[in-house]
Amino acid sequence: MPRIVGLTGDGAAAEAMRQIDPDVVAAYPITPQTEIVERFAEFVAEGLVNTEFVAVESEHSALSACCGAAAAGARAITCTSSQGLALMHEILYIAAGNRLPMVLTNVNRTLSAPLNIHCDHSDSMGSRDSGWIQLYCENVQEVYDTVIQAVRIAEHPEVNLPVMLNLDGFVISHSMQPVELMDDAAVKEFVGPFRPVVDLLDFQNPIALGALVAPEFQFEHKYAQWRAMDSARGVIGEVGREFGEGTGRHYGLLDPYRLDDAAVVVVVMGSAAGTSRAVVDELRSSGVRAGLLRVRAFRPFPADEITAALEGREAVAVLDRAGTQGGEGGPLFTEVRAALYTRGVSLPVLGYIYGLGGRDVPPASLRRVFEHVRRAAATGKVDRAVNYLDLRGWK
Amino acid sequence: MTRIAPPPRGLPAWQEIPLGGIVAGPGNSHEYLTGSWRTRRPIHDPGKCTSCMICWLFCPDSAILVEEERVVGIDTGHCKGCGICARECPIEGAMVMAEGGSY
Amino acid sequence: MAVNLKKLAGQGSPLAPGHRLCSGCAAPTVAKQALLAAGKPAVVVQPTGCLEISSVVFPYSAWRTPYYHNAFENAAAVASGIEAALKARRRRGDLPADLDVAIITIGGDGGTYDIGFQALSGALERGHRILHICYDNGAYMNTGIQRSGATPFGAWTTTSHVGQALKGKPERRKDLTAIVAGHNPAYVAQASPHNFRDFMRKVKKAVDADGPSFINVIAPCWRGWRFPEEETIEVARLAVDTCYWPLLEVQDGKWTLNYVPRKKKPLADWLRKQGRFSHFFEPGNEWMLEHLQAEVDRQWEELLTRAGVER
Ligand code: SF4
Ligand code: SF4
Repeated sequence: MPRIVGLTGDGAAAEAMRQIDPDVVAAYPITPQTEIVERFAEFVAEGLVNTEFVAVESEHSALSACCGAAAAGARAITCTSSQGLALMHEILYIAAGNRLPMVLTNVNRTLSAPLNIHCDHSDSMGSRDSGWIQLYCENVQEVYDTVIQAVRIAEHPEVNLPVMLNLDGFVISHSMQPVELMDDAAVKEFVGPFRPVVDLLDFQNPIALGALVAPEFQFEHKYAQWRAMDSARGVIGEVGREFGEGTGRHYGLLDPYRLDDAAVVVVVMGSAAGTSRAVVDELRSSGVRAGLLRVRAFRPFPADEITAALEGREAVAVLDRAGTQGGEGGPLFTEVRAALYTRGVSLPVLGYIYGLGGRDVPPASLRRVFEHVRRAAATGKVDRAVNYLDLRGWK
Repeated sequence: MTRIAPPPRGLPAWQEIPLGGIVAGPGNSHEYLTGSWRTRRPIHDPGKCTSCMICWLFCPDSAILVEEERVVGIDTGHCKGCGICARECPIEGAMVMAEGGSY
Repeated sequence: MAVNLKKLAGQGSPLAPGHRLCSGCAAPTVAKQALLAAGKPAVVVQPTGCLEISSVVFPYSAWRTPYYHNAFENAAAVASGIEAALKARRRRGDLPADLDVAIITIGGDGGTYDIGFQALSGALERGHRILHICYDNGAYMNTGIQRSGATPFGAWTTTSHVGQALKGKPERRKDLTAIVAGHNPAYVAQASPHNFRDFMRKVKKAVDADGPSFINVIAPCWRGWRFPEEETIEVARLAVDTCYWPLLEVQDGKWTLNYVPRKKKPLADWLRKQGRFSHFFEPGNEWMLEHLQAEVDRQWEELLTRAGVER
């Protein structure tokens, strides 16, 4: 029987890991991910898991050990945040290029400098082209559910890629919310046994992984990897649906809210979607046809699905919790705009950069965003493409 | 276990690249010839050789051919002509280097 | 462990020909001797380096054992993960409970002394049952002979040139074997491929040890050290005979010298063979030879004391 308990985002991730009972967990503590490692170490100490817990000396080694484990036919999980993810950067590409399925829970925290332990998406956005599937969670329940789904997505035979799921540091990682947990047995059954494709411990069929590749092969290697990422688009939906059948909680690439007849729409990822929902409700009750499109999968990028969801709207604002230094607007904004343009959909799109380094996003701020979108809808024009929400001194 | 595609030949299309670029052909570098690198060549004298296997152990290119516990010659497709075999051979004249790479 | 070369040769080399290392390279010989000695299923992990880029060039592999290269600085961490996988899968019943596997990382001095050191130190401290073999060729040879933490004092490299202002590498090399011994792993040794019986016995001991093990093996590089290619093994031998590279073991805090030359050869015998030290023999640079000889003498004396060798 499912039961409801109060858990933080970190606690929920750890609980899901306990139920998955992976072969290997290698991780290094970093604020605000630390509680996941601590909790899991407790499960190990209490004998509640069969996992080999490798308490490594750095995040670089954490991901390296996961690569070794996955290449040796083990189900491997790690978790990190911010600087830790940056330290893993080199190995992120290798895990994906080696086609090693594994799961990484990243607790979103801004990247130094300045040094700051609070949330934004600059860490995971810095890894967006590393070849990892990226999913962004809105609340604690989704964190729990997504850790479990991530195992299936990563190990799907058409995918064989690592999955990074993201949760907003402190906002989700440290906020206590009621979470409906599955039975241990139900989780076991859902994830199933790991059937590795790559297995260094198969001495009957010795393999060499990590070869040097000449220019005449590199492109084909990378394209094969891209195709696997494309396949993940369908698999994320498939796994999310199957998960929904068992739990009543359905997941996909996108999570639309009151979108059907919406004229003005905000596109957002992560915990800010929660506040956005409240503002949408408020606007709806005063007669504004407001809607929300939460993007759950950023990699693979659901360009077709986003275009379909936004086509015919009067105006849209895309909110990014990360900037692109020297680029035009945040990463989600640029990709949404490119998707619309490529598909011949023309509508005013405003870009907003918000919430850097843990700056709160109160309803009042989102109301201002919607006002701006309504203005763009009325004029059919974008007065300013890149906007900075609640930035002092910015006019 | 899902099988990984065998090493492709020639210039494969992306579909033919084995998952993750894995080489499922242990020791298949044997197909790649390095004998043309040679500018000197070892000459083995089976009459003098005691098959002590010193040259076999020290040859960096696994190019000393052994059959039934006897050294039977040089793998000319792979020997790079370094001369270590001749240098380390304890028997005078059993393995000597000659100028020129071709046999 | 008695080494029967005839029998081993009958089994064939664990490293196939067709790799693309320079002719006369010591590294494949080190790897070959190690795998011949392991005597059980082995998984090889390599950091980036000469041996790595030359032995697994897509779509070819020279290794007849499972092999993984991930990155430069993390071989020991990758091996930690493999060891963890082995344990977990044995426990789960997915692999036979008594499956004994030698997990061997083989790295150069870059992947061991320098960029790979953190991962190695971490793995040693955590106690993973892996063997790390360093083929120490005393510089970053893969990128073209740049100085490393293993490069001896005074040696020429392409980042420690010999000029008017500088005469090769001004600093001494680190004593990595002692640093590793400071981690108190199950087994530590120093070896040379010329003395294959000693090296192979050490490998067997290492892979059977109940914990992490480390063997530092001298691996002369004729391109970088500047000597004729057929002398690779000879140059290793001289490094040992001049006591530059002592053959030793450390177990349970006890240091053992495996070879004490009846008459220690002068270091100059070894240096003179190598172009990287040729400036040692130019007028005005006599102090360099004296300095390095004094350093080697001091370390040798220290070792004799540590190992309790009667003088
Ligand atoms: S080292 Fe000389 S004697 Fe020994 S096997 Fe080789 S050729 Fe024969
Ligand atoms: S010359 Fe070198 S490569 Fe050729 S057989 Fe002798 S040792 Fe091997």
